[in-house]
Amino acid sequence: MLVKEVKALIGKDIKLELKQKYVLNGILLYLLSTVFVTYLAFEEVITTETWNSLFWIILLFVGVNGISKSFVQESPARYIYYYTIASPQAVVLSKILYNLLLMAILSLLSFGMFLLLMGNQVVNTGLFILALILGSFGLSSILTMVAAIASRASNNFSLMAVLSFPIILPLLLTLMKISRLALTSPEWPGTAGPLVILLTINLAVIILAYLLFPYLWRD
Amino acid sequence: MTKENLIKGLWWKLLGFLLLLYAVIYGFIVPIPETMISGSLRNVFYHVGMWFGMFAMLTTSFIFSLRYLRGFREKEDVVAVEAANVGILFGFLGLITGMIWAKNTWGAFWVRDPKLDGAAVGMFIYLAYMVLRGSIDDTHKRAKVSAVFNIFAFILWIVFVLVLPRMSGSTIHPDQDGAPIMALDLSATTRIVFYPAMVGWILLGFWIMNLRVRIRKLGMRNEA
Repeated sequence: MLVKEVKALIGKDIKLELKQKYVLNGILLYLLSTVFVTYLAFEEVITTETWNSLFWIILLFVGVNGISKSFVQESPARYIYYYTIASPQAVVLSKILYNLLLMAILSLLSFGMFLLLMGNQVVNTGLFILALILGSFGLSSILTMVAAIASRASNNFSLMAVLSFPIILPLLLTLMKISRLALTSPEWPGTAGPLVILLTINLAVIILAYLLFPYLWRD
Repeated sequence: MTKENLIKGLWWKLLGFLLLLYAVIYGFIVPIPETMISGSLRNVFYHVGMWFGMFAMLTTSFIFSLRYLRGFREKEDVVAVEAANVGILFGFLGLITGMIWAKNTWGAFWVRDPKLDGAAVGMFIYLAYMVLRGSIDDTHKRAKVSAVFNIFAFILWIVFVLVLPRMSGSTIHPDQDGAPIMALDLSATTRIVFYPAMVGWILLGFWIMNLRVRIRKLGMRNEA
């Protein structure tokens, strides 16, 4: 039942996105132009450390922008309709999975842009891709929850940043640590600790989202 | 409040007051071990107390947010928000006392350290919590949405404060390696001030919170 609802809701989101292409195009262009601006601004100072920091900070901003619309995109009446036909758990899981897809596309695109403009600094590609996937998942689940919270308040956009930046730090710092390892050594040993923390954070966020979202969904 | 209730709630306030009086007076007399930071070690009775107070307040706020979501009683939302307010107060006092101490022992007001980062992030989270509350007009919706944020943020903050510093393993604070707090430079004689002082600060926090909750409830009764 839950799986069926989640599938239907994700399908709905994808269709909606493809129909209103300007939203998706907007966020893609936002990503490309941000990477380009940083490339011009940081031209002379791209070291491994700055490469790493810039990459994740850009991804954070793109994520905040791309996901903030999750619960305000459609009309309030339509949310009432979803409320009557789907369980809140299905709604939040479908949004998280949908945003995971979005973040995965955006992060791979961002990686591609970085390779093109700032050269390849990654020496352990497997680990870096793993960080991208787990990172997309973490960013998507935390930001989806924050988007749901912010959508219940006025001044949605600045609230989205204010609420998400401090609570995303455990995830972001762990991700940056893993990706720093991927940038500096081709070895896998030593990566288990941060990876376990990353997985734990992801799991905790998913459980919290599953338990807490119903309180945001009904008025 | 009846007279009986007044007396019943009095003992812990009195206890907190006496413990702090003891800590403030005896904290300056008690012999302390000779260390590099010499006399400024006495700040441990006050600065660390601010963190204990903040931690107790924010935990209380978290617990009352959980309780609010179970029964939707407005009373519990009031405690959650006032505990967070007092937590922010203690947090800023902890930052100020810590910054002055840091300037004199480490040479700068702010240094890169997981403990400082954790404290700053906690302040950002709870200031954001207040902004969130401010941007919702409906009382019940405000209570519910901010309770959800409080629970979500507190758990992630705990991960940030307790788990990540162990990972990086490089704090310049003296309580490394999960050793009992301050075990490195607190001798038995200083401990007889340290522990009572910590309890005193926490009780003071609860007292301030208690007063603020009562003021707010009176305000609510006036409106009704």
